[in-house]
Amino acid sequence: MATRVVEQNYSNIESMTLNMGPQHPSTHGVLRIILELDGETVTKCTPVLGYLHRAKEKHAEFKTYHQFIPYTDRMDYLSPMSNNTAYVMTVEKALGIGITDRCRYLRTLLCELARMSSHLLAVGTGALELGAMTVFMWGFTQREKIYDIFEFISGARFTVSYMRAGGVAREDYPEWRRRVREFLDGYMRTQEEMEAMLNENEIFLQRMIGVGRISAEDAINFGLGGPSLRGSGIDWDIRRDTPYLAYEEADWEVAYETEGDCYARFLVRMRELRESWRICCQMLDLLAKHSGERMNIDNPKIVFPPKDNVKKSMEDLIHHFLLASEGFKVPPGEVYHAIEAPKGELGFYLVADGGPRAYRLGVRSPSFINLGALEHMCVGELLADVVAIIASLDPVMGEVDR
Amino acid sequence: MDIVVDAPGKAEDKAGTDVLALQAPENALTKTLSEAISYCRRNSIWPVMMGLSCCAIEMMGTAASRYDLSRFGSEVFRPSPRQADLMIVAGTVTKKMAPVVRRIYDQMTEPKWVIAMGACSSCGGMYNVYSVLQGVDEVIPVDIYVPGCPPRPEALIYAIMQLQKKIRQEPIYLFN
Repeated sequence: MATRVVEQNYSNIESMTLNMGPQHPSTHGVLRIILELDGETVTKCTPVLGYLHRAKEKHAEFKTYHQFIPYTDRMDYLSPMSNNTAYVMTVEKALGIGITDRCRYLRTLLCELARMSSHLLAVGTGALELGAMTVFMWGFTQREKIYDIFEFISGARFTVSYMRAGGVAREDYPEWRRRVREFLDGYMRTQEEMEAMLNENEIFLQRMIGVGRISAEDAINFGLGGPSLRGSGIDWDIRRDTPYLAYEEADWEVAYETEGDCYARFLVRMRELRESWRICCQMLDLLAKHSGERMNIDNPKIVFPPKDNVKKSMEDLIHHFLLASEGFKVPPGEVYHAIEAPKGELGFYLVADGGPRAYRLGVRSPSFINLGALEHMCVGELLADVVAIIASLDPVMGEVDR
Repeated sequence: MDIVVDAPGKAEDKAGTDVLALQAPENALTKTLSEAISYCRRNSIWPVMMGLSCCAIEMMGTAASRYDLSRFGSEVFRPSPRQADLMIVAGTVTKKMAPVVRRIYDQMTEPKWVIAMGACSSCGGMYNVYSVLQGVDEVIPVDIYVPGCPPRPEALIYAIMQLQKKIRQEPIYLFN
């Protein structure tokens, strides 16, 4: 009879509204969530966005195609290389140009390194929010090595602005490839340690298994992407199913789990780290094999000439001046191109009007779409599990608000 | 460490602290109270978690394994503003976020300091648009500006060291 008394008491209590964020240690930036609670159970969960709205899509209409590249860095600031690649591939599609083999291998390598860096942070902060600090520190040790690699090739730690329409900003070089090799050789040890630390950790498992469950059908209906989709048992990856860059030439597998809970999404990330490592190793070999070839395409109307030539050659000086002052023109048309970013399908929808600037640029950002499923996952769960669910969705607010 | 160890026998005829030194036992630390408080203050600056955007990643990197901010006594990132001395505004402050930043600053207890980390929080940076506040100094007073987009962890560490230097020069009022 005791339970009936408790039920009666609960029925008299009003639901409580709790504000979480925008300054909260586990909302991954400036996400604000308004929670309605019945006791400790979440009955309603409304994300409030816009605390990091920086009008990126509007910027695209006032910047030349090249000038917009740094803005893409700061969208998903955990994997700027992927954002750069997605944007310049959209522009290349609109221009109707291809890229060289060597450039494809380099872009693939850098995108996968970005994926590793992003997943390491997702796993690390996710564990940190559940009280496990060590994995965060180990993850950051490896991330710093990836940042070194980025810095050696682009000059910046993570806001790289490295990709260009028709190629990349600088070529790779043997010492850089040696550093990547050194990182890849030492990485797997950390991966194994992290798996030993988390995969069978009783506290971690109890916080993750069965929490924030979403069925395969709902995942598709919400338009989820990336690990959030593959955690629900959907075997879908843009890298394999609509191939781009050099993913077809690499030997790798799509990681997916069937449970659809936080633990499944975590496992997908862990396995993707291993797969990314495999792709990186293969791309590095291919890159070394093609090291003597041309990196950027031979089109002076689009690609900047080498700086040395600008000082010696009249034509190169003119091309450099025109590209820097006016920028290249993109023929009128509408183009959509999507890649598999670490968070899911990152797509750019470009409307060109024939000028040197985009008429309109729309971004299909995976974090924003994934966040749409937050309420579906949170309702019925305990308040403390909301933190784990947000961490498993891994939204980046720079990409959500843009 | 700049607390001077004075043995009682060595005390000369100076004013103030020497009297204390003569009366103190062997190997006692003698220093004015305000200097001792200043020493403690500047070597345990606890920041409030104010990661707004990209710079937050560098801020986390500064606190994490390689750069290890705890060497400077500032690794204790507090989510609660009432337990913090320093606000590192790391990232773009939008007009929607500005009242929140101001409110958290108001909730911090005195003495408190502010570091504007990165171009965005210093002056708006690359976002001169309708939604972005052109510098966090429009809503709260800033002590140190760190340039960069984002600044490297070394730059943030240098800013904290500059802040320590600044705190050292500040007077301390014991009874106010």
